[in-house]
Amino acid sequence: MNFVIPSFAPAIPEITLLILASLILVADTFWSKRFQNATYYATQASLLVAGYLVLSSFSVEQVFTFNDSFVRDSFADVLKLFTVAITLGIFLFAREYLVQHRFMSGEFFVLGLFGVLGMFVMISANNFITMYLGLEIMSLAMYAMIALRKYDGVAVEAGMKYFVLGALATGMLLYGFSMIYGATGTITFPEMKAVIASGEADGIVLAFGVVFVVIGLAFKMGAVPFHMWMPDVYHGSPTAVTLYLGTAPKLAGFAMVYRLLYEAMPGLVGDWQQLIIIISILSMVIGSIVAIAQDNLKRMLAYSGIGHVGFLLLGVIAATDDGFSAAMFFIIVYAITGVAGFGMITALSRTGFEFDRVADFKGLNAKNPWLALMMLIVMFSMAGIPPFVGFWAKIVVIEEVVKAGFTWIAVIAVITAVISAFYYLRVVKSMYFDKSEIQGPVEIISPALHWGVSFVAILLLALGLLPGSLIDLCYLSI
Amino acid sequence: MLHEILTVILLAPLVGAMIAGLFGRQIGRAGAHYSTIAGVAISAVLSFYVFWLYVFQGATEYNAALYTWMVSDGINFQIGFMIDKLSATMMLVVTFVSLMVHIYTIGYMDHDEDYSHDNPYYQRFFSYISLFTFSMLSLVMANNFLQLFFGWEAVGLVSYLLIGFYMKRESAIQANLKAFLVNRVGDFGFILGIAVVFVYFGTMDYKEFFAQLTTQKDVMIEIIPGVEWSMITVMLILLFIGAMGKSAQMPLHVWLPESMEGPTPISALIHAATMVTAGIFMVARLSPAYELSEVALSVVLITGALTAFLMGLLGLIQNDIKRVVAYSTLSQLGYMTAALGASAYAAGMFHVLTHAFFKALLFLAAGSVIIAMHHIQDIRQMGGLKKYMPITYWSMLIGSLALIGFPGFSGFFSKDSILLSLQATDRFGADFAFILLMMGVFVTAFYSFRMFFIVFHGEESEYVKTHKIKESPLVVTIPLILLAIPALLMGLPMIEPMLNGSYFAEAIVIKPENDTMMWVYNNYFHGALDMIIHSFVTLPVILALSGVALAWFMYIKQPNIPGKLKQMCPRGHYVLENAYGFDRLNEIVFVNGTRKLGQFFTRWVDVKLIDTGMVTNTFMAIAHSANGLRRTQTGYMYHYAFVMIFGLLGMLIWVLW
Repeated sequence: MNFVIPSFAPAIPEITLLILASLILVADTFWSKRFQNATYYATQASLLVAGYLVLSSFSVEQVFTFNDSFVRDSFADVLKLFTVAITLGIFLFAREYLVQHRFMSGEFFVLGLFGVLGMFVMISANNFITMYLGLEIMSLAMYAMIALRKYDGVAVEAGMKYFVLGALATGMLLYGFSMIYGATGTITFPEMKAVIASGEADGIVLAFGVVFVVIGLAFKMGAVPFHMWMPDVYHGSPTAVTLYLGTAPKLAGFAMVYRLLYEAMPGLVGDWQQLIIIISILSMVIGSIVAIAQDNLKRMLAYSGIGHVGFLLLGVIAATDDGFSAAMFFIIVYAITGVAGFGMITALSRTGFEFDRVADFKGLNAKNPWLALMMLIVMFSMAGIPPFVGFWAKIVVIEEVVKAGFTWIAVIAVITAVISAFYYLRVVKSMYFDKSEIQGPVEIISPALHWGVSFVAILLLALGLLPGSLIDLCYLSI
Repeated sequence: MLHEILTVILLAPLVGAMIAGLFGRQIGRAGAHYSTIAGVAISAVLSFYVFWLYVFQGATEYNAALYTWMVSDGINFQIGFMIDKLSATMMLVVTFVSLMVHIYTIGYMDHDEDYSHDNPYYQRFFSYISLFTFSMLSLVMANNFLQLFFGWEAVGLVSYLLIGFYMKRESAIQANLKAFLVNRVGDFGFILGIAVVFVYFGTMDYKEFFAQLTTQKDVMIEIIPGVEWSMITVMLILLFIGAMGKSAQMPLHVWLPESMEGPTPISALIHAATMVTAGIFMVARLSPAYELSEVALSVVLITGALTAFLMGLLGLIQNDIKRVVAYSTLSQLGYMTAALGASAYAAGMFHVLTHAFFKALLFLAAGSVIIAMHHIQDIRQMGGLKKYMPITYWSMLIGSLALIGFPGFSGFFSKDSILLSLQATDRFGADFAFILLMMGVFVTAFYSFRMFFIVFHGEESEYVKTHKIKESPLVVTIPLILLAIPALLMGLPMIEPMLNGSYFAEAIVIKPENDTMMWVYNNYFHGALDMIIHSFVTLPVILALSGVALAWFMYIKQPNIPGKLKQMCPRGHYVLENAYGFDRLNEIVFVNGTRKLGQFFTRWVDVKLIDTGMVTNTFMAIAHSANGLRRTQTGYMYHYAFVMIFGLLGMLIWVLW
């Protein structure tokens, strides 16, 4: 038996990230007491290094390595870059929050870094095993992060729920993997595609497998009816963790959908398209309606996230290159908007006060007009009001689903978008037209957060005014 | 070169208006005078050049786009010029009268109590009249319906602003609202007419529209199922409804008498010389289309004749000096409209031109009287003003003689050509219209000279005796003199080319069998002087002179007759005093009806059906379902797991079914 040393070059960012994360993990145990911020800076530096490595070796060619289990292409590179950029923002906001709430600890950043490693692996996965590996690296990191504040009952409960339900979903996903492997005799995506196209595999078994895989994906993305964990987990977690959960993993989740459904199983589009349509419509409807009944902004944003996943899946329904490109644009915009939205809560919360109820935003305009304006931009963008980028995100996926001939789905999507505008605008109304319940001083936030929030919010406006290059990037990378 | 000149003509008043309007406070009163007068003067001089180029040099028609606003669905929306003899003439009239009014206004507004010297809003007045000039120019220079409509609406807007210029007087506010609303009715018809053009011709451009007329002329449309109408007729009548609003034809005339609430220069500019002629101009401009529909022309003819006679009658009993002139405007507009209805477009336009000058003259002379009387407008308080204000007296006399069609004056030629053309046509309603217009001539002469005699010759009233009355300043009298010249003379050289059709030439298209003016030219016309001499034995002049004579008899010789007459037939006086009850009718039917309808829609449709029925119920339904669905989020993990498994089963069944 010949052993050929695989080419490591395509996986250099992942390898570097693994080494750095491990080093920081060890170092953190030594220095954490004396240099509170060292882990934070080291983590941010590692992310920058990883981002640099991706960028410096950016290539439009498709490269396979590790016996075809790992792929490097422009799709992967673009998503990885955005993952890095978004995680940088997350950590920036999170640090202030952790300090304010007195549980500043290196573990958060180390776990977050491992999560990013998991996302990288997922994004570049080219077979079932790699995909599963990446998913678990990411998920395990997240379970631990949710329950990081170990004396907080709600957080521990949330972590527990996510862990158990996640295990159930992962079980289903693996069951689906094994069935498809059984039917096709391969775990590598390109081969799988060829076998399915040849028609030799057993249709019934494949259909069974697809259902389980779709359910696994739906759970990870938080689509109805596999969404029940989302509100509880988003609400229960410390806001810094919610910020993490609600943004970066969505990119990896989308990569998983793309790799599994479009790269591995385009031949089964007849089976999964139907399922995705159901899931998408349910998500949009439940997401937009139930969010109305929420008083807690984090819960509201959880439902808003469910609704957004429904929109994302519109691009998947189209099942074309353009459809997935639109979905990719949508998910990147969503992640950025999520950073802005959860980041705003993170920034406003202070010691002993979470600032996560809609009522807390009453009269914010009177106290801090600039922050109110930024929050207004975030809410308008989420609601899909031009000229903010959220509008373009919605319009491109709707356009794709109309092109694919599903006008009726687009109609439902638009109606749910109108309904969802209600609760976004309610926040705006609270900020501008209601009197504050708490007679407090002006809301002051630290300069770093002030600039961070302003930057992300203005980015939403700038991208909305000039969406061309980002849209083109997404259309070119698929 | 011509293109640049036209652009300057159009934009110079706009620039003046913007300077006076936006920077009025900075430049002060004098600055506002200079900037707007300079703008309009530039336009007037260049318009004169263009007029000379077209009417004397016979330049060919110029049709070009200035700027394209947008192209939608293959249809060009643009600003453009279509300059021919028709528009060149109108441009000259508009800019010249406007210039006179600008200058005159300096003197008129100087003594205004509402706008004393320290009132910075005074500058707005000049901004408005320049803006008006711009709007009117863009209307007459247009080469497409969109720009026509823009100018149409813009003059309506400015007229609204100016009628209500005395914004602290309730009557002025009522009057401008009324003018605006009545014009809305007309404009609604107008825009529907444009919509028909848009749908059936697929273009906004005049030239393309005219080119398609022959292919489209037999198209029938069904508005009410089962009844077919000619598309062209429907379109033309809708467009004419717009003209009825702007040119104050019955029953949309009610706004014009009330518009006298505005300052007098405005009455001269807008409500005599220019804006009200927009409707006449539009019909003449679209003569190729109107020629295709006998029905539409008959409607135009009868509307015009009725307006001419009935509105003239109302002039008999008015005591406000401006209202007398206003009703005479209404009546004269009726003459012009009737001429259009008889296919004598050139005669109608001819009357527009002569009327523009003599009516502006009459208004400004009336304004001069008002200045002298310290803004009193009731003629019963005047009397014997002749010796105090000779210039005003003579200009008023010239204007009145031109108005009644005294031989040799400009109004004589234009009015006579209208009457002769009407005699020549055999269109439905022509005989009826002819009789009305003939009676109108008598009525016109009577009320014009009634006012003239009362104001200038009658016994001096208490007010005149007790106050010092003096002639108006030069800024007022110079425009009077300048306007008196064309009012007196312009008819003579123009009558021949007007009648034989060479004046407007290809700008106005008439079917040969409809060309009544040509017929008149061939059968009656033997030169302008011959026409004057001959006229003393014709009916119109005899009627006019007897009207003057009767006025003299009743108001100078035997001043107690009118009072007796009033006692003898109170019912007739009552009818006239209430202007045939149009105002009452509008108030009861339209104003109250609309309010009732509005209340009905508010209460039942808006509040009950839309707000409660649709909006609130939708909202409640969503809110209820939100609260219901929210309860599924129990917080128990086994519920969540159950939902997942349930979802799995559902999906498996779905796929494998």
